[in-house]
Amino acid sequence: MNAIPQLFFDAMSLGGIYAMAALGIALIFGVMNLVNFAHGEYIAFCVFALIVPSTDAVAVMFLGKAPAIVLIPILLSIGAAVAVASEFFVFRHMRNATPVAMMISSFALGFVIQNSLLAVYGSRPKAISLWPELNTPVSIVGASVPLLQIIVILTTLAVVVTLALLLKKTKIGLEMRAAAENFTMARLLGVKANVVITGAFALSGALAAAVAMIMATQTGVADIRMGGQIMLVAFIATVIGGLGSLPGAVAAGFLIGAASVILQGFLPLEARPFRDAFLYTLVIVSLLLRPQGLFASNSAKPRV
Amino acid sequence: MAQTHKQKRLSAWSTPVLLILILLVFTLLVTMLGDKSLARMAAQTMIRVTFVVGLWVFVGNSGVVSFGHAGYMAIGAYCSAWLTLKPQMKGLFLPDLWPFLANAEWHVLPAAVVSGLLAAFVALVSGAAILRLTGIAASIATFAFLAIVYTVYSSWEGVTGATSSVVGLARYADQWVTFGWASVTVLAAAWYASSASGLALRASREDEVAASASGINMYRHRLISLVVSAFFTGVAGALFGHSLGVLNPSSFYLGVTFITLAMLVVGGIGSLTGAVTGVLVLSIMIESLVRMERGVEFGETTLALPTGAQEILIGVIMILVLILRPAGLTGGRELRLRIGGR
Repeated sequence: MNAIPQLFFDAMSLGGIYAMAALGIALIFGVMNLVNFAHGEYIAFCVFALIVPSTDAVAVMFLGKAPAIVLIPILLSIGAAVAVASEFFVFRHMRNATPVAMMISSFALGFVIQNSLLAVYGSRPKAISLWPELNTPVSIVGASVPLLQIIVILTTLAVVVTLALLLKKTKIGLEMRAAAENFTMARLLGVKANVVITGAFALSGALAAAVAMIMATQTGVADIRMGGQIMLVAFIATVIGGLGSLPGAVAAGFLIGAASVILQGFLPLEARPFRDAFLYTLVIVSLLLRPQGLFASNSAKPRV
Repeated sequence: MAQTHKQKRLSAWSTPVLLILILLVFTLLVTMLGDKSLARMAAQTMIRVTFVVGLWVFVGNSGVVSFGHAGYMAIGAYCSAWLTLKPQMKGLFLPDLWPFLANAEWHVLPAAVVSGLLAAFVALVSGAAILRLTGIAASIATFAFLAIVYTVYSSWEGVTGATSSVVGLARYADQWVTFGWASVTVLAAAWYASSASGLALRASREDEVAASASGINMYRHRLISLVVSAFFTGVAGALFGHSLGVLNPSSFYLGVTFITLAMLVVGGIGSLTGAVTGVLVLSIMIESLVRMERGVEFGETTLALPTGAQEILIGVIMILVLILRPAGLTGGRELRLRIGGR
């Protein structure tokens, strides 16, 4: 049993999940200054889309039974559809609202999604098995690592690379980056606001679906409340990465994942229940040292 | 000139008086017309008024959204439990309390005040760090603060009972006690808002650069308002514990943070009237939807909303209010006797 590679894989796979969730939040913040608290509920929605709607304790797989090659694109489009729908019904009507009002309405939207899931599926967590064979351990450089962890790490890298290519090489990517830099200016130069914002929401929803698949496989549980915690961490990662900076969000996601795995591994036993308190103290310290974020973009600096 | 200034000061003071009158009418109506469960709802509403008006002292004047106030509420609630519970019970359920606290058996009023003071002290220490930040970074730091308080209180087995609830608190906080505290809070909030520090803080909310160029130390005034604000949220926490009789760390986490911020924003974040309006409107709405969920009788037929519809409807109504009136129901205006130029 080799502890250091083990820790490394744990940190990377947890960080990967955080990074993907943080990217989903950062994408939307970049184009419309909206801190989307409903993002965690998109994740929960996608997890529950896998099973047959019922309040029974035993979950019957619905979409989850489909082969991966069908399941993955369908779930990604479900995620994208939910996000785009929420933009269409809620956020499109709030273009002139203050960021605080938008934030609260995203909170309210998350509340609506969560309680709709509650009404349909009941409040008890359900056991689900999505690709259980992925949890079999394989041994790499002396550490025994579930196959899934490796897949998570590779998926995160693939997602980040694809997103980077999309943003750098395509027209919509260029428009999104322009909009993130200076939205008013981008519109004046002919960037269509609705197209860019809808695109950002679709990407963000697809990212939520990816996180949902990973979490469902890893934990084997569908819980109404599963979105809250990851949303909080992702949100914090977005800020300490530097709001509006996509590479920053990814890096900060990995950083938080690493910090929490390291704290879990090295804190004395009696302090371990307080791990999150230490983690969030580190977050405050990091903000105090670099208030604009660890990897702030130039546009994030206030101009006086 | 001096005459109009005096009139304006007077008309500014009419705001808290009118608001307290509204709260009084609300409490009286509910007590006279309603049953026991409605009286309990009135007490909960007054506790929320105390909390949200306390929150407004900071958020409304500084313009910084705080997610951390539920943390101050938890600190106040547990402090009051430590001070007022019977020593035998504390020995049983909270064995690791310090001897001074373990033997304390205070009267409830000084306990509530001390609970508020403890919350204010924690606000002074945490705020000294957090308020060096501005804008969204400050909001995130308050979020981190909330998560820290929640983690500590839900894991510190021998002192807070961790996730198992603390029970047996004296349930003295009925609608009149809570009405009293809500009125004190409204008065204090109006006093702070028209004090030199409150005015300076609101100047910095409107334009940070211009305010600091006029010699306003934004950090200092934000800290002052956070301390005042945390005192009342701490008291609200103490009242909350003594109205339900049970404490659990999860009552002071994301749920209460969300609903109180929603009340503030729906009412209108820019004014004291908005804070009070938001609490009353949303509380009445929630209560009537809960009743409708249980079923309303029309002659022989009973109509009931499906379970879970209440939360969904509340969410939808909140979104609609925010879409139709992004500045809140009051739009940042105060209720005044004379329409003074604002």
